[in-house]
Amino acid sequence: MRLKLEKRPEPSRLMVVVTPIASVLLTMLIGVIVFDAIGINGQKAVTDIFLTPLLASYKWQDVAVKAAPLIIIALGLSIGNRANVWNIGAEGQYIIGALAAAGVGIAAGGAGGGFVITLMLLAGIAGGTAWASIPAVLRTRLSVNEILSSLMLTYVALQVLSYLVGGPWKDPNGRNFTATAPLTADQSLPLLFPGTTVHLGIAFALILPFVFWAVMARSVFGYQIRVVGSAPHAARHGGFDSKQTIWLAMLIGGGMAGLAGALEFTGSLKALNLGFPSGYGFTAIIVSFLGRLHPIGVLIAGIVLAVTYVGGQMAQTSVHIPNATAGIFQAMMLFFILASDVFIRYRLKIVWAPKAAPTMVAGE
Amino acid sequence: MTDIPPRLSLRGITKRFPGVLANDNVSFEVKPGEIHALLGENGAGKSTLVKLIYGIMQPDAGEIVWNGERVTVQNPKAARKLGIGMVFQHFSLFDALTVLENIALGMDAKIPQRELETKIREVMTRYGLKLEPSRTVSTLSVGERQRIEIVRALLLDPTLLIMDEPTSVLTPQEVEQLFIVLRQLAKEGCSILYISHKLHEIKALCDTATILRGGKLVDTCDPKVETSRSMAEKMIGGSLKTIQKAEGRTMGGEKFVVTELSMPAAGHFGTALKDISFRVHAGEIFGIAGVAGNGQTALMLALSGETTTLDDQAIRIDMEPIGKLTAKARRLKGLASVPEERNGHAAVPDFTLSDNSILTGRDRLGLSISGIIQPGKARKYTTDVINAFAVKATGSEATAGSLSGGNLQKYIMGREIMQKPSVLVVSQPTWGVDAGAAAAIHQALVDLAQAGSAIVVISQDLDELLSLCDTLAVINEGKLSRAMKVSEADIEEIGLLMGGIHGDPDATIKVGSLNAA
Repeated sequence: MRLKLEKRPEPSRLMVVVTPIASVLLTMLIGVIVFDAIGINGQKAVTDIFLTPLLASYKWQDVAVKAAPLIIIALGLSIGNRANVWNIGAEGQYIIGALAAAGVGIAAGGAGGGFVITLMLLAGIAGGTAWASIPAVLRTRLSVNEILSSLMLTYVALQVLSYLVGGPWKDPNGRNFTATAPLTADQSLPLLFPGTTVHLGIAFALILPFVFWAVMARSVFGYQIRVVGSAPHAARHGGFDSKQTIWLAMLIGGGMAGLAGALEFTGSLKALNLGFPSGYGFTAIIVSFLGRLHPIGVLIAGIVLAVTYVGGQMAQTSVHIPNATAGIFQAMMLFFILASDVFIRYRLKIVWAPKAAPTMVAGE
Repeated sequence: MTDIPPRLSLRGITKRFPGVLANDNVSFEVKPGEIHALLGENGAGKSTLVKLIYGIMQPDAGEIVWNGERVTVQNPKAARKLGIGMVFQHFSLFDALTVLENIALGMDAKIPQRELETKIREVMTRYGLKLEPSRTVSTLSVGERQRIEIVRALLLDPTLLIMDEPTSVLTPQEVEQLFIVLRQLAKEGCSILYISHKLHEIKALCDTATILRGGKLVDTCDPKVETSRSMAEKMIGGSLKTIQKAEGRTMGGEKFVVTELSMPAAGHFGTALKDISFRVHAGEIFGIAGVAGNGQTALMLALSGETTTLDDQAIRIDMEPIGKLTAKARRLKGLASVPEERNGHAAVPDFTLSDNSILTGRDRLGLSISGIIQPGKARKYTTDVINAFAVKATGSEATAGSLSGGNLQKYIMGREIMQKPSVLVVSQPTWGVDAGAAAAIHQALVDLAQAGSAIVVISQDLDELLSLCDTLAVINEGKLSRAMKVSEADIEEIGLLMGGIHGDPDATIKVGSLNAA
């Protein structure tokens, strides 16, 4: 018996949907085995990380709050990834977006209300876009690889954050903590349901995927992104400018990350400190791929990843495993989803028949 | 049976791929010293059959009998051991290495360099193959590169030499030189399996022809007795239509004028264009002949607008300068184009045909309105193209990658022609396309010209250009020759203009007549 990969006549649509689900299930299975092997109750750990946040209704709001930034950032990244533009620096764009929103809030002084909040969110988009435009310039003018430049700019963004919250923007009444003054209620994003933590940003995360879906499926812009990613020469033949595409993909990725940062700041955390960046910008890369770069897929994948975040914190107390465990599970999911990509174009065939014995074999 | 067993005998060879029967119970024999043609359209199963013989793949059923003994050819190395040599259509040579180094790399056994060089020189003088062992491959013409592959195969003293479409990249003079070598080889007892779809070559060279169609053996015949037409009809399994050209077609005024178009070379191995000038009238089909790699790709990109020039006047449609316009803007001025590479350049393999229609038709046909795609319109247009050009596809929602090469090319040609462009630039319109589809594409081009469009055809297939075009020019090293009327063209002169990449002076010595066909 041997295994053989056979090319499918057409890419399988079924596998596009099945492989992300299988990746999650495989991650859970491997998790159980590995934890059991190192003497931790694997079943309990995996249940806590993957299922409890979904089954316990009091955890839903945590999942929603965590899913929102993941979904919004991943939507933007999916556009770039589809066009083969690799923006790895969403984390930095997320930070700069939040800083820009904070800057507008500080500049507005005591003023608040819908207008100021809208301005803060727009500033967030502008900040993220501006940060993403640096790798875009470098790539289109000087052919600098955007993977490296966008990633490195994340660390620059961290320094900017640390300078501002520790210096000019430091809360004078903050007992010398390196943090901005908490937002007033007038400058905070309204809650969707009073008494919960579910803020307006979650509505963005639920509506935007459908907007992106419509744009990608029906607009010439969406077509351009798809064709550039799938066949760059054909895109040129069709009259699409590759530099323009790189610009658009980078700026949308940056803008969405910036928006997520502004929403997280105004809706959830209310103050910026050195702990503000929590890796959403990186986890969103996993969300983007687990969601198969499809806006609705991203919506679902964002929820799955948010579940592992929340579940990871729960498992910390219930089975005493470090919070970083969630990161291992997230990485495993990305590993399986990338590895299973091959099944979209190929099918696995098991060949049972032994080779017929030849009369005379030439060769060695 | 004669007393001498055939060199190679195939019995009931069958090879199945998912969804297709590539070889269906194929049986034929190649006698010692025979030049045996394997003839068939693209997708007829020629390449698969040859890969089975050369051990690249194993047959699902049937047997290969070598000199009377049944064998299993495990891999190409085993095939070479048996005495089977093969010259592939696409060469596997390292550009940066010398001829000698390339040959040494391809040898199964380690032979000291000096000994190898002596052997190479022996083979070369014996067959009149001119090669300088110390030259770097990148400085050689395509014909010379092929000679390296032939020498490499001959060093192993093969008793069966397989040649896969060897003349597709050669000038007429180089073809004639190749034939001399092959005839001499055959005279010495080496059998040759010659794969081609060029019928006049097969008539000129081969003793026997085996014709495949859809994986099945159709006929084994004597090409000297058959006519080109009768063989073509066996190949496509129907009667071949001749191109209907209206007699005394009148040409209109100058429609597409290129004046001193120059382009720097793109990348290290690109070819620069130097002062290219030609004019095409309404209703005229203008052919550009040349050996691959002489600037055809660069010219195609420059004409379609995928690369733009700084000199706006270098390209004009109806006297209107378009040199600075992008591909999208040129399309709106009426210039459509079909590049050589179908998959990934003219069409997106992962996209449906209707999505591929949007690629070049969105502005001219209104398949998008203010940035919004109109899927219904795209489907309708695509269905019209499929019907008008008899494209074999499951419909407008089939992915481009699921179509065979010929059908995809028919769709692409149809997609451009049905936009009624006033100028159409096509590169290799029938490259890798079967005879039936090629005839349909040629007819469509003639019809478009008749309707008053100016057409430029860039092709390496001289026969195609001679039968299709009104006017012809030759591109060599990025320069275009003067234009000549096809009715007055001299094949020998065209051959000389085509040269080699670097002009091999010896190639001009033995010029045979290829007009036999």
